[in-house]
Amino acid sequence: MENRLRILLLSLALLATGCSSMPWRHGDAEAEPPPPPDSAGTPVVIDPQVERREIKTARIDTENWEAGAYVGSLSVEDFEVNLVYGARLAYHLSEDFFAEAIAGTSDAGLSSYERLSGGAPLLTDSERQFTYYSLGFGWNALPGEVFLGGDRAYNSAVYLTLGAGSTQFAGADRFTITLGAGARVLFRDWLAMHLTIRDFVMDVDVLGANKSTHNYEATLGLTAFF
Amino acid sequence: MPRLAACGLLILLTLAMPVRAEGPTVTVADPYLEMRSGPGRGFPVFHVVERGESVRVDTRRTDWFQVVDAGGREGWVHREQMAQTLLPAGEKLPIDDPAREDFGSHRREVGLLLGDYGGANVVTLYGAYAFNEHLAAELAFGHVLGDFSDGQYATIGVTHVPMPEWRIQPFLSIGTGVIRIRPEGTLVGTEDRTDQVAYAGIGVRAYMARRFIVRGEFKEYVVFTDRDENEEETEWKIGFAFFF
Repeated sequence: MENRLRILLLSLALLATGCSSMPWRHGDAEAEPPPPPDSAGTPVVIDPQVERREIKTARIDTENWEAGAYVGSLSVEDFEVNLVYGARLAYHLSEDFFAEAIAGTSDAGLSSYERLSGGAPLLTDSERQFTYYSLGFGWNALPGEVFLGGDRAYNSAVYLTLGAGSTQFAGADRFTITLGAGARVLFRDWLAMHLTIRDFVMDVDVLGANKSTHNYEATLGLTAFF
Repeated sequence: MPRLAACGLLILLTLAMPVRAEGPTVTVADPYLEMRSGPGRGFPVFHVVERGESVRVDTRRTDWFQVVDAGGREGWVHREQMAQTLLPAGEKLPIDDPAREDFGSHRREVGLLLGDYGGANVVTLYGAYAFNEHLAAELAFGHVLGDFSDGQYATIGVTHVPMPEWRIQPFLSIGTGVIRIRPEGTLVGTEDRTDQVAYAGIGVRAYMARRFIVRGEFKEYVVFTDRDENEEETEWKIGFAFFF
């Protein structure tokens, strides 16, 4: 019994000495020896291998463009009132001014002359299509807010526009000056509703003499800022 | 064509549904930052962020930045105040803003000109890309609208600005393109004509404010007709442009 105990203790002692003599990988063992002093006796400074972090600033998203579509009614002088639809693109140059492009189409009806005389129609179906575009500028004349009840306030603006372009009607492209006034209400920061009245002024020579015509349009549209 | 444009814009509208990337967070360095309820000088200031507090910048519309403060309040701050805020690294928030110094060294320019082409009204949309301060390539689409005929032209050319550092810059241009003239339907016995054109022009562009330019130009066109004689037309136009 005593013998067995001695063997156990001895073997434990042997194991302990054996282990301690094994070369343990220790932090100190890995450490570089201190840099050898140079000729002047000052130690060499270690150059830190740390990469400088480039801080990239997140880009600020700009929302100066506005695009959308509208629908409404157009009164073509002498040719009835009809449904019109179109598209609108705007670029906001400042809080006061914007550049605007619009394009729209409608089918003109019968003139009262055609209706009363009962004769041959003045225009073919394709000539009766009233298609326009206009490029111009707008001014946010009355910016403000509108209130729906006591809890909701929406940013809005009443604006005036002036543009020039062309209208294809009665077999010709006609130089057109466009005067407009609209109200814009922003239901979200990016979504706006427009109520717009425009006057398309152009010369038309279908009914005899060449005369200046005013073609009024009232539309309701939706646009998104992006 | 407008039908197509309408469809295109509707697609654009759906694509434009805002997936807003979060912008940088900045710290107020001025005594305070005024948050307004809308992107305009007339909108009321409803909240003030004090020095040392930070706000997140979400979007920018013209001169106004939409910010969200630590309490989740959203408001609009003017460019001048935003320019005094600091990024986490301690630098001022960089705001790229076109100014007088950028006029002349700008790369892109888009404008709308109205005028007269050989006695008819003309509406022109143009875009220019500058290779350097002096030389730019220019693409122009014009719609000629006369009493007896109408037509379209598309031209490509180069413009040369000798003095890009001046506020009012004269320029020279040459180019080529095609023009299609269509006599009005009420005239009988005439046909559409499509001809090549070449032009030489002289003009002036002047800096107004921010990114606005006023531009006027005079061009002499030679229309290479298939008849014995070429036609010559003069054109003058004036209008607005902006650069970016």
